[in-house]
Amino acid sequence: MSETITITINGREIKAEPGTTILRAAQSANIYIPTLCDNEELTPYGSCRLCMVEITQKNRTRLVASCIYEVAEGLEVQTETIRVANVRKLVIELLLTRNPYSATLKEIASRVGVEKSRFKDDQKGCILCGQCVRVCREVVGVAAIGYKGRGFTKEVATPFDGPAIDCIACGSCSYICPVDVIPMKEKDGIRTIWNTEFPMQTCKECGRQFAPIKQLDYFKKNYNLPDNQFDTCIHCRK
Amino acid sequence: MDKITSQDQLKVLQESIVAKRDPDKTCITICAGTGCLAYGTQKLIDSFREEIVKRDLQDTVELRTSGCHGFCERGPIVVIFPKKIFYQRVGLDDAPEILEKTIGNGEIIERLLYENPINGEKLTFEDDVPFYNKQMRLLLAQNPEIDPKSFDDFIANGGYQALAKAIGTMTPESVIQEIIDADLRGRGGGGFPAGWKWDATRKAEGDVKYVICNADEGDPGAYMDRSLLEGNPHSILEGMLIGAFAIGCSEGYIYVRNEYPLAVENTELAIAKAREIGLLGNNIMGSDFSFDIKIVRGGGAFVCGESSALFASIEGRSGEPRAKYVHATDRGLYDKPTTLNNVETWANVPLIIGRGSAWYQSIGTEGSKGTKIFALVGKINNTGLVEVPMGTTLKEIIYDIGGGIPDGRKFKAVQTGGPSGGCIPAEHLDTPVDFDELTKLGSMMGSGGMIVMDDRNCMVDVARYFLSFLEEESCGKCTPCREGVHQMRLILDRICAGEGKEDDIDTLEWMGQAIADGSLCALGGSAPSPVLSTIRYFRDEYLAHIRDKKCPAGVCKALITYTINADCTGCRLCVKPCPTQAITGEKKQLHVIDQDKCIQCGACYEVCKDNAVTVA
Repeated sequence: MSETITITINGREIKAEPGTTILRAAQSANIYIPTLCDNEELTPYGSCRLCMVEITQKNRTRLVASCIYEVAEGLEVQTETIRVANVRKLVIELLLTRNPYSATLKEIASRVGVEKSRFKDDQKGCILCGQCVRVCREVVGVAAIGYKGRGFTKEVATPFDGPAIDCIACGSCSYICPVDVIPMKEKDGIRTIWNTEFPMQTCKECGRQFAPIKQLDYFKKNYNLPDNQFDTCIHCRK
Repeated sequence: MDKITSQDQLKVLQESIVAKRDPDKTCITICAGTGCLAYGTQKLIDSFREEIVKRDLQDTVELRTSGCHGFCERGPIVVIFPKKIFYQRVGLDDAPEILEKTIGNGEIIERLLYENPINGEKLTFEDDVPFYNKQMRLLLAQNPEIDPKSFDDFIANGGYQALAKAIGTMTPESVIQEIIDADLRGRGGGGFPAGWKWDATRKAEGDVKYVICNADEGDPGAYMDRSLLEGNPHSILEGMLIGAFAIGCSEGYIYVRNEYPLAVENTELAIAKAREIGLLGNNIMGSDFSFDIKIVRGGGAFVCGESSALFASIEGRSGEPRAKYVHATDRGLYDKPTTLNNVETWANVPLIIGRGSAWYQSIGTEGSKGTKIFALVGKINNTGLVEVPMGTTLKEIIYDIGGGIPDGRKFKAVQTGGPSGGCIPAEHLDTPVDFDELTKLGSMMGSGGMIVMDDRNCMVDVARYFLSFLEEESCGKCTPCREGVHQMRLILDRICAGEGKEDDIDTLEWMGQAIADGSLCALGGSAPSPVLSTIRYFRDEYLAHIRDKKCPAGVCKALITYTINADCTGCRLCVKPCPTQAITGEKKQLHVIDQDKCIQCGACYEVCKDNAVTVA
């Protein structure tokens, strides 16, 4: 059993386990901190910079990313200072240039007091939060997509922009994307994602096309399942 | 050569090398640093070699190719020891003449001497040249005196004696204390006390620890670290060895960019030699200290000079920084305790251990000790590497050593601290240069780049240049740096194009603060500095662009007009270079520029000898 740590957020005392991030501690106390790149299932990345908070420790005040910074005894956190507000406003205005239509972004914008972005937009769609890349690597375990280029030209891409050779078409990336810009379509027994086509498995019993064959093969290989494990869908499986 | 297994053996080796050498022997030293090589110096070296054989001078004349001497403006440079006769801008075919006249007859060749620009006096000896004699060359001192490929040269000059002292007579703790007492601050830009870093790494838990030399020098115009590694690689190895001994680690890395092939080559040679002689490997100098160094060549991304991105790069991942809420001294390379110091920081270590912290403390200012090497470039007469004690004023560096601004132009600003540093105006030229003073002025020490600008540099354009460099070099991980710097650059583009808006300056200042506050690493954290510092000191110039649609320095093409005034003698010199045939006029008559055809390239302005082309 580890000792509980006490911190203050906006003057309120909050208890948290060691190793907890400021963001989680705040969320558990119902204190709003906006974030786009954070996800409970993934390693913290600290890239969107929306979750910046001001901390004071040993008389030194500075801004940190609350999704990475861990609680420490006596830590004082402020989530709504002017410096914090300015960073959040700038970040959301900048992200809106990449995706002015996203409902997620619009909601955060209105909560941090931004009506519209003053900057020239280029509508790239993706906001580079990196959740898709991390979920593919850390949760699915295949790392089929990664980053290409750097700086303003950075993109999430398949290897050499070709077919997604390691992708198993599970759709986790498309599902996790907070701005919904990873299209996944199913038509005539084919799932298309990352411009790559994946045939679906047809259930022997009901005839439903229930999952990509490549994903099922991946499961069979990783969990030593019998070859006929996925001949039928989950509903028809006995 | 046998392995060195004790301090005494090193002494014996040094003495035997020195005994074989005649200090009065004539030695022709040719600078073979990257700058001089770019002048074609290799041809000069080859020709000296041939001519010496042809004249049968092998026994009486030695030829040495050395690292960078620093006075790059005047290359190719030849110094003839022991008198240190200083020949500059030596022609690639001048070897026979030098051997004939100077070596053969003791005659000085006037044409190759440096002329003091102040009084026109020809100076024969290197020690008299103001560029050199106003510096304090500690780190660069050996560059002209050793061939970087020669282990013997380094040993003869007292190489590895500081290491022997540390291993033979000191404890790791006392070595660290000596570095702490010396107040050595990191030369890579941050200025963090090196001793504290070493101490934290030593005290961190773990068996495996690393020392790393950061040679990912990437600032435009900066080449201090390059010249140290190219010119004196063993001194860096010695510094790292002492650090590794003190910290308690057995593995080290030199992270050097692949664009520095000569640095890589010379360092590889040095490492191989050090291994051969037992100065790298197991049980160094008979102690139980074992250490080895690997070279990792970087792909040239600016951000890989940032510690966590550098670790990622060594580990084989893409060079992206991560949040540094846990220090590298606890979890650095491969999550092991790591000390990362810059090339110049390591180069200081043998000096401090060799001569003691009290001596080192006597050089510099209250908060910044020792010397600092600057790469003095831009609109300056004496382009080159300048090493001065901390606390030397900008004026001394730019005027006394740098020789002032060429063509009698007016000094406008000096950019220090690399692309994310700031521009310091004339009113602050008396500022003593150290870590703290430069920060107060809104710039920083950085790794030592110093770019001088004159009245023909537009500060808005300069800010835009540095910003676009950083925009391109941003890794793209965090939003403020990736998107924010890009948007700031777009605003500057507009201002330079005459489409600036009244509130642009406020927006830039607001963004700059938020980007600095919100960015993940120091690249983004300091990226707005060129803009913020130029707004701070040159707000009028921004306003001229925005309100009056004028570029006072005559740089921003959309805002300038070239005209020919009454001083025109009709020499027709400007007619031919004009790419759009916009200039017309009879011989010996006033010429005219057709504004519809003019593309503001400035070719006429450059060639006019009568200052008859004006830009406004």
